[in-house]
Amino acid sequence: MHSFTRAVIGTAAVALLATACTGTSTAPQADDDATKDVSITFWHGWSAPSEVAAITGGVKAFEAKHPNIHVKVVGNINDDKIKQALRAGGANAPDVVSSFTTDNVGSFCSSSVFADLQPFLDKSGIDLDKTFPKPLQDYTQYQGKRCTLPLLNDAYGLYYNKNAFQAAGISAPPKTLSEFGAVAKKLTKVKGDSYSQLGFMPTFHGYESTATHFAALWNPTYFTPDGKSNLAKDPAFASMLKWQKGLVEQLGGYARLEKYRATFGDEFGAKNPFHTGQVAMTMDGEWRLGMARDAGVKFEIGVAPFPVPDDQADSYGKGYLSGTIIGIAGTSQKQNAAWELVKFMTTDTDAVVDFANAIHNVPSTLEAIKSPKLTADEDFKVFLGIAQHPKSNTTPASPNGGAYQLTLQDFGYAHEAGKVPDLKAGLAKTDAQIDKDLAQAK
Amino acid sequence: MTSLRQKHRRETLRNLVFLSPWLIGVSVFFVYPLVSTIYFSFMKYDGFRPPTWIGLQNWQYVFTSYPFFWPALRNTLWLVVVMVTLRVLFGLGIGLLITKVKTGAGLFRTAFYLPYLAPPVAATMAFAFLLNPGTGPVNSILGSIGLPQPGWFNDPSWSKPALTMLALWGIGDLMVIFMASLLDVPKEQYEAASLDGAGAWQRFRFVTLPNISPIVLFAVVTGVIQTMQYYTQPLVAGKVASGVIGGAGQQFEPGYPDKSTLTLPQLVYHLGFQRFDTGGASVIALVLFALAMVFTAFLLRSMSERSAV
Repeated sequence: MHSFTRAVIGTAAVALLATACTGTSTAPQADDDATKDVSITFWHGWSAPSEVAAITGGVKAFEAKHPNIHVKVVGNINDDKIKQALRAGGANAPDVVSSFTTDNVGSFCSSSVFADLQPFLDKSGIDLDKTFPKPLQDYTQYQGKRCTLPLLNDAYGLYYNKNAFQAAGISAPPKTLSEFGAVAKKLTKVKGDSYSQLGFMPTFHGYESTATHFAALWNPTYFTPDGKSNLAKDPAFASMLKWQKGLVEQLGGYARLEKYRATFGDEFGAKNPFHTGQVAMTMDGEWRLGMARDAGVKFEIGVAPFPVPDDQADSYGKGYLSGTIIGIAGTSQKQNAAWELVKFMTTDTDAVVDFANAIHNVPSTLEAIKSPKLTADEDFKVFLGIAQHPKSNTTPASPNGGAYQLTLQDFGYAHEAGKVPDLKAGLAKTDAQIDKDLAQAK
Repeated sequence: MTSLRQKHRRETLRNLVFLSPWLIGVSVFFVYPLVSTIYFSFMKYDGFRPPTWIGLQNWQYVFTSYPFFWPALRNTLWLVVVMVTLRVLFGLGIGLLITKVKTGAGLFRTAFYLPYLAPPVAATMAFAFLLNPGTGPVNSILGSIGLPQPGWFNDPSWSKPALTMLALWGIGDLMVIFMASLLDVPKEQYEAASLDGAGAWQRFRFVTLPNISPIVLFAVVTGVIQTMQYYTQPLVAGKVASGVIGGAGQQFEPGYPDKSTLTLPQLVYHLGFQRFDTGGASVIALVLFALAMVFTAFLLRSMSERSAV
């Protein structure tokens, strides 16, 4: 059946369901008894065998502690599937759900598709400030409504090819953006109208070098206190865009870089351009370390925090943070049992550490980060440092998911391609668009 | 009089019973979704909370504020005009050629039909690989003979032509239909035309075309409707070429590059199933429905007028 036909039939089904359920879609009361024999379903997004094995191990450890709660684990789930399932509810809908996309927390919380976790936290006496770093608390709630908790953390830093550095006579990773630009230029080797080695891929399609990840280096404020888009007023965004475009020009120009980008392999495959030596430096998350080693790269990998703006040199060490989130389905009839699993996976130090060790992610609790059981070599400690840096930051939740990020990103594409004659006016127009999208979503 | 009325009523009832499978089907799968879509186009509804009446706000948002709507509409219309025309011409051309082949006809028919069997996602990924501007074999060949090397799926001015090439490659379905209709044209008419001194073009214009015109109409109408529903290929091509998979902190740009591969069906999914905006998605679904109706009515009418002449 054609995808669109399916979408239309899906819309019809949703319509049918909605008409039948109008006025009765409030979340059920959590009155199930979590001490009785019960089965719950847990959806997650991991799919690689090692990751699936890690999460299965975590669930087994939970079942050993709670023999009355049986967990059916379903992997390889993305946010689109989550939304459809939680809309429909039913016997096969999940009780516990995790997602890689922190951007959707706003829509999950504001629509009550995920249950409010505050009553559960109160019941279990969990003090969030003593359990999770501040940025992680931020991206797991929306306007004070806590419908998710952090399940492992991602920190973004700088990866560099030590051999390429050595060949170019560079002794240490750059700490400021002006140093970074000079190093990127020095590492760039032009070949015809392309490159034999590029110092850094600065375009916004260069995998993790997104507008939001770069902007984090300026500690931006995306929204005003009254919820309006703040791109034009906060100088962070104009500074980021100017710096990025300057680097694009410095390294050969947009057209040449984009053509070179088309030769890159998959971001999450063995032919990632950093693995192959096509780029000598890249911005990436802590998972790249394990991936690059597994891919058998032929050079020595260096890691460091990403350089910061020259006028903020004292904040070196910070970076963009994100991570996996976990919550309880608003439609679940077994929320107390589901909470036991969520509590175990997010706050049990050993469980968090074991999971972080297994999939090479940064642990999400303050205790787990300090745990002696955490397997952390010197390189991985760099990311632990970024995760704990007081100026590390993230992107805020919004009621329409990451729509505002998409709008900023679209503007970034136009700007880097030289299609924006007036940056300030362009940012103001982007603000207006984000505000219109937010008004439509509220 | 009474028995006549009873007989009439019985007959009506019997007709309704015979019609009931169709009536039920149309009511459940056409009338109800259509009425619901119209209803939701005036409501704020995220799928979780009860819908609330907001009047024309969804319509206003889609037409005046949703940045993807107009580019998607323009692209959809471009594809309807260019892709459908080329598909019909190409399908007919291949059909004509293959009916003339005397030896190895089966081989040619198989060769042209096989690509149609390729799943759309696999076919699109194969094209994205072949047309990769940096590493694809197509550009390597073009470069080696001194021709310009387009950016294909990475260039807004080449992305729709690249999609059209993909559609022409999978022309097998139309080719088979045209071939069957061409083989059905009475031979005597060609003989009579030849005796009258008609050349190849005149035979095609005055014998072949009138005979196969209902099939051409069928091909155009179904082509227009299929293109209105064009979803998988532009989405996959855009996603593969952009390199953005969409992880944490990453947003996939629909319609990469520069909104050039956006189509209206993508927006129905984007708004309805990713942004929880059922109202906005309903507006776009209705626009698509109206466009399909207008195109089909126009084609059927122009065809019936031509037949009347």
